[in-house]
Amino acid sequence: MIGIVNYGAGNIFSLTAALVRCNLPYGMINEPADFDKYERIIIPGVGHAGAAMQKLRDSGLAEAIPSLTKPVLGICVGMQLLTSFSEEGNADMLGIFPMRTLHFQQRISEKVPHMGWNTTQIRRDCRLFESIADDTYFYFVHSFFIEFQEEYTATSTNYGVDYAASIHKDNFYGVQFHPEKSGPAGEQLLLNFAAL
Amino acid sequence: MLAKRIIPCLDVKDGRTVKGVNFVDLRDAGDPVELAWQYSQQGADELVFLDITATHEGRKTMIDLVKSVARQVNIPFTIGGGINELKDADALLAAGADKISINSAAVRNPNLIDELAKSFGSQFVVVAVDTRLVDTQNLVHLRGGREQTDIVTEAWIKEAESRGAGEILLTSMDHDGTKNGFDVSLLSKINAAINIPLIASGGAGNEQHFVDVFQQSGVDAALAASVFHYGEILIPDLKNTLRKNHIVVRG
Repeated sequence: MIGIVNYGAGNIFSLTAALVRCNLPYGMINEPADFDKYERIIIPGVGHAGAAMQKLRDSGLAEAIPSLTKPVLGICVGMQLLTSFSEEGNADMLGIFPMRTLHFQQRISEKVPHMGWNTTQIRRDCRLFESIADDTYFYFVHSFFIEFQEEYTATSTNYGVDYAASIHKDNFYGVQFHPEKSGPAGEQLLLNFAAL
Repeated sequence: MLAKRIIPCLDVKDGRTVKGVNFVDLRDAGDPVELAWQYSQQGADELVFLDITATHEGRKTMIDLVKSVARQVNIPFTIGGGINELKDADALLAAGADKISINSAAVRNPNLIDELAKSFGSQFVVVAVDTRLVDTQNLVHLRGGREQTDIVTEAWIKEAESRGAGEILLTSMDHDGTKNGFDVSLLSKINAAINIPLIASGGAGNEQHFVDVFQQSGVDAALAASVFHYGEILIPDLKNTLRKNHIVVRG
């Protein structure tokens, strides 16, 4: 069963709806002891990364995350929380990935936010992308991106700059796009996560 | 590469779609959820629902509808109509809407844009603008184009951007319903003036109009209603035509 880290950062109705469509049972993680109840963990998140990190710390759930050994998937801002630092609020993140979350503005000439369907290029073998073709479209909506870094970038996307669209290190995974809004490919990714 | 988006727009009243729909496979053409699902299957990139319900009871129906759409449809969607304050938007967000669209309420109270962007993030806030050419100037219109204001459209759009709008949905009332094509010259001008995504609306009559608006104005997305609802343009065919014209669209 999948546990969703429930720290009050944004709405999770779309995520739980997608899990239901995929026939994947889930529950909520409201306190540290709840981490033991689930085999897989999803960290959702929309909005401001600095504020989300603060909420995660206030919830008392942040400390347990880096030492988890079961599969963990961060989505959008939930993925950015796994990096070392975010320019959004100039805030320290969980530091699981030695990568920074940077602002698109001043770095690219394209419009910000990066909003809509874009392709991701597979950079390394990652079971999250099993049965998902290279250059598959996913739905993105974000103004901050995770810098490309060879070692932990599972797929990259180009929007003015090549950046990490998904990351993988040991049992930790993160995707910048929204699998819950990305049609059949997004649902396949959630199923892959559930099968890890 | 970021794909150009095709967005069907559904008018909803008391939980039912209003305009006639001419799909072959529909069991219930008035059911917005089934229609939304059909469009997602056809390759629509996003959906917009415009709530034209006038009554309080009808609004509650809208929340249930949003929940049903979020449960069953796996592409993003925007809800517009009847959003006047933060709590209206909050209820829609909690029901699973990806974005909300505000129009007259933002013109009457521009601070609403700031408040919504601050509370929910810019990515959640679409500002819809209805414009009509008056003498030589494009002016913002309210109430579906019936009420003229003295606000210059381009200035208002730039203000909306600076207040935190994440996207602009621009409808040319001069072109809307004509099926003579989008207002490419206005859209080009606006597109060059802002740094947030722009959705073109009003005037779509055939596939070439979509080719023209993407090639000539550089907008990020194009929205239409009746040409899709009546099956005059099928989304898979439209995307093939766009692809042949070297416009990047999702497969």
